[in-house]
Parts: sequence; C-alpha cells; structure tokens
Amino acid sequence: MSATVELDRVSADFGSFRAVDKVSVTIGAGEFFSFLGPSGCGKTTILRMVSGFIAPSEGHIRIGGEDMDGIRPNKRPTVLIFQNLALFPLMSVWENVSFSLEMRGVDKAARRARAEELLKIVDLPGAGDKMISQLSGGQKQRVAIARALAVEPKVMLLDEPLSALDLKLRQHMRAELRAIQKRTNVTFIYITHDQGEALAMSDRVAVMSQGRLQQVAKPEDIYNNPSNGFVASFVGENNVFDGRILASQTTSARFETDIGIFEAVLHAPPSSDAKLRLYVRPEHARLVSTAPEAGNAIAVTISDISFEGNFINIHATTDQGRVLTVETRNDGSSDIPETGSRRYFTFDAQRARILADETQAAHS
Amino acid sequence: MKELLRRYGLTLTISFIVIVAFWLLVLVILPYVYLFEASFRLYLPIDQVNGPNDVYTLSNYSTFFVTPIHRWVFLLTIVYSSAVAAISFVVAYPLAYYLSKVATNKIVPTLFLIIMIPLWVSEILRSFAWFIILSLKGPLNFALVGLGIIEEPIRWISGFQSVIIGLVYTYVLFMLFPLYNAIQSLDTNQIEAAGDLGAPWWKIHWRVILPHAKPGIASGSVMVFMLSAGSILVPSLLGSTNSRWFTEIIQQWMFESQDWNTGSAYAFLLLLLCTGFVSLVMRLFRVSLSDIAR
Repeated sequence: MSATVELDRVSADFGSFRAVDKVSVTIGAGEFFSFLGPSGCGKTTILRMVSGFIAPSEGHIRIGGEDMDGIRPNKRPTVLIFQNLALFPLMSVWENVSFSLEMRGVDKAARRARAEELLKIVDLPGAGDKMISQLSGGQKQRVAIARALAVEPKVMLLDEPLSALDLKLRQHMRAELRAIQKRTNVTFIYITHDQGEALAMSDRVAVMSQGRLQQVAKPEDIYNNPSNGFVASFVGENNVFDGRILASQTTSARFETDIGIFEAVLHAPPSSDAKLRLYVRPEHARLVSTAPEAGNAIAVTISDISFEGNFINIHATTDQGRVLTVETRNDGSSDIPETGSRRYFTFDAQRARILADETQAAHS
Repeated sequence: MKELLRRYGLTLTISFIVIVAFWLLVLVILPYVYLFEASFRLYLPIDQVNGPNDVYTLSNYSTFFVTPIHRWVFLLTIVYSSAVAAISFVVAYPLAYYLSKVATNKIVPTLFLIIMIPLWVSEILRSFAWFIILSLKGPLNFALVGLGIIEEPIRWISGFQSVIIGLVYTYVLFMLFPLYNAIQSLDTNQIEAAGDLGAPWWKIHWRVILPHAKPGIASGSVMVFMLSAGSILVPSLLGSTNSRWFTEIIQQWMFESQDWNTGSAYAFLLLLLCTGFVSLVMRLFRVSLSDIAR
C-alpha cells in the first residue's frame, strides 16, 4: 500500500512572498524521502500542499498518478503527522487511534479491536484506555503513528515529529520510524531541519533553501558530493576559502585564495558570475609537523583543542588569522598536538571541492 | 501588602484599602445583609415594627410555595431563560468559531469593534429600539411585508417572543466571549488533523471543537441564563400583557405592595432556585465549576 508522489513545477505564494519556487521531484512508492532545510525554506509548505491544506499557486501534485488538484485533505490517500502531533486530549488512546475508523462509520467493537492491533504494531499494547495526558513524549509519538496508520494511507507525511523528544529517545525513534516504514511499505515524506535525522533514515534526501530544491540525492551523495555551496555548508561542517580559479582541467582545478593556491575537485564548470568557494571537511584535513613536498598545505598554529567525546576538534589559526578546524577520531591512533605548536594543515585534492554558491543570501 | 506599601506609600495604600472596603461593604455586602434580614420579618404597620409581633419567620418564603401563579411564573422564567441561553449559543457559536479560527488577524479587531459598538448605547435605549423595531407597524414588519416574505404584519410583541428576542440581543455577547476564548485556545492543528483523518466539517465540530469548547459553553450559558432570569428591564419594556417575568413579581411586592419583606424573600428565592437549577444542569452535562473558571 504505497503510491508515488509527483511534484510537477509546484510553487506556493503567500502574497508577494514565494515560499516554494517551481519544485519538481518524483518520490517513489515505498520510499523514505526527506526534505531537509533551514526553517523558512518552504519544506513545511510542500508538506501542507501534498496533504491538501494549501493549494499550490502553480504546478501540479500527483499521488499514484492521480492529479490532486481540488481534492480535500480528507479525500487524499495521505495522512499527516503534525509537529506537535495534534492528538485529541479529550479522547482516550484507543479513540484517538481509531478516530478515522469512527469517521468511516465502523462499529465500536471493530474499532476497538483494530486500535489494539495498531497499538501492538507501534509497541504500545494495552495502552488503549489511557488518556493522552498520561503518556510520555515517546508514547504520544507512537500513538500519533498508530492513528495515522489506521487510515491505511498510501503516503505518510511527517512534519518534524521527533523535534520535541530528548536526544536518546530521538535516536531510538529514528530507528523505530524506519522500521515501521519498511514493515508497512508506505511512502514516507519526512520534513526536518536536522541533517542527522535526514541522513540516517532516508532513502533519498532533498536539500531545500529559499523555496528551491538544491539537491536531491542519496544521503551519502548529499554528504560526499554536495552540488553547491549551500548543500555543502548546511549538511556537515567545512573549512571554507574564498577565491578564484586559475586553471581548470576536466575534473579538477587550481584555486587561488588569499592564503595560497590549492588543487581541488571541480565538476561542472561554473557560470562566469558565480561566487566560488573551496570546501574542505574537517575530517578530511590533517595536521602534520613537516611541510609536505607537494600538495595542499597551510602553515598554522594550534589555537584550541575541543574534546567532543567520540571525536576531537582541533582549531588552528593561519598566519593571516583565519581559524581552521580539523576533526580527529578519539581512537588513540593520532597524536593530539599541543596548543601553540606549529603544524601544517593539509588535505588531498580529491577531498576538497570548489563549489558555486547557488543561494548567496542563505549564507549571510 | 508590603509590596503595596513599598510602591505607593502609606497614604495611598490606606486610601486604596478604604475605598475598596467601602465599595465591598457598603455597596455590596450591607444591602444584601439588610435584605436578607428583612426577608425573615413580617410586613407590619409602622407602630408594630420592633414590637412583640415583629418575630423572625419563614412565612414570606412560604407565600411563594402556596401561590400557584407565582410558582408558574417562576417556572416560565426558568424555561424561557434557558431558551434565551440556548438561542444565544446557536447565534454565538458560528460567530465565535469564525472569529477565532477563520477570520484573519487583520480583520478581527474591526469585527470586535462592530460587535461592541451597540454596548456603548444604554440598555434602556436599546430595548426601546427593539420595541419600535418589533411593533406592529414597525420597520421589521414593514421590511418583511415589503420583501413579500409575509403577507400580514406579525404581532411580535405578544407572549414571550419579544422578551426572548430582547434578552438574546442584550446578553448574546456574554455567550460570545467565553465561546470565543474557548475555541481560540483549541490548537488549530487538531481541527486539521481531524479533517486529515477523514472527518467531514460537522463531525469536526461535534467530536473535536464542541467538546473542547464545553467549559466556554457552560460559562456562557450560566451567564446568559442568570442575567436573563434576573432581568427586569427587558421583560417590562418588551413584555406583553400575557408575559410575566419573575422579577416583575418581585418588583410588584416591593414597589406596588410596598412589602419589601416578601419582595426580599422572593429575590433570595430567585437566586437560590436559579443556582440550584444551574448546578443541576451542570451536573447533567458533567461540567464542574473549576472547568468554567479555567
């Protein structure tokens, strides 16, 4: 029971403000698909358009091949899990879960039985007679999922439902959601600003900024091969250098910055007016004590070491005063330099990318 | 208390307390105590007051129970006051829902202003206005006949209908505001969630919005009911020869018979019996006082 969701040049305008700008993407049946972006990027608007609470200003949404134009939320094969869950506090757990069945006129005994079944699926057996206020955050989450599953939706829409939970529970619910999705094979569309959530759960991720899709790809491609500067800096950390291309080959280029000239990967040749930056992830950089004969290196002074638990961030200052970050795993394999000592910040040309800054305003 | 002293100094603090105490004691508590005491004494010629015949008795109260016409009028007052509360609810609910969940933030203040403006006019004037509107050759009949909705003018001011119209008009805002507050506090996501789960609009109201608004409905109903049952102005202005309101009987005792003792007893009976009726209805609908105060 799942359906494809096709967004065909969908836009949403609120007055003169364009919240979503010509978004086109096809989400496969049974796929776990995330929209990832900062708040105000238009991801929630997309979700509300798919569920039918807002009509697109332009474009079409097709679910299972069927155009949803003019079809009200209660007639769509979708169900939305709200950020605050929107459970009905005056009803018991089982009444909440079977609300959609009640609306379809299913009799009470059948509703009760189905509610128990669904509560078992979300690992809350026997909680049917409790009131919503008696549940913990994680349990409410499960009730919301059970209530949504009762509709037997083809597409489940989730609006940051984990954001209110504490870290441990959130990580647990990630795995749980993923498992429920695989078990039920419903198409999941998940909205989040948390890159960890998006990368860990999704089959594919769409990174959004200012109403536009920046990149749609598998999680590892989003992280390893970001298509532009926004994606690179929104997903994960970077050492960023402004500069310009001196000479370019097919997949690499020499890039001139105010602290040196570096070799780096360059894929599509950028348009002439695009602002270019060089991105080096902290975990791809190393600190060495002697300058390498060839390759990218910057002389630095270690300025600060911050211990993060499973990894260690070493901050190093260039002679020009720029602070760079190197991330080292806390597995005892690398020696941690003293603060104040001199090192060379090096990185492989294949691990550094020159990217155009597609949405400049998002950076500032 | 210390906070008050620190902020306003001794003179101002004492003046506040004295003013509030005066208001509470002299304008609220003492008149009630006086009437309460009077209600247990007989209505006697002036030379017998404080004499041997001036004893405490329940006879003023028992008068009500042995006078069938008074009991009947009381019953009608309760029935029609309940009707006023119910009609007010029907009128106010859609408006309260519209104001709290549909209207945009831009237009709500304007709408509230339009709703409030009639309150700036005195209740007597507004009741007279309705007297004119509802009269046989008044604008309402003129409009209805002119539009061809009715053929003959309707005699609106007969029976209780004009009283009910007047009371609904006067007190409907006391229903609107608690309802508005109650519906306002409902998370809009719940309405959307119910719709998303397949509920048609009327089931959303029945299963989600109305249960949430119950305390508001209760406090609005209590307010409108009590005010209607205790109203004297509207029933005496818009009433007809065959509509009697219980407050009019109290007025008769006090001003026509000059019997303040029985009048006071009737006034307390009205308060007591109405309170009893309200608590009964609240228990029936499973609302508690704390719900209302919420």
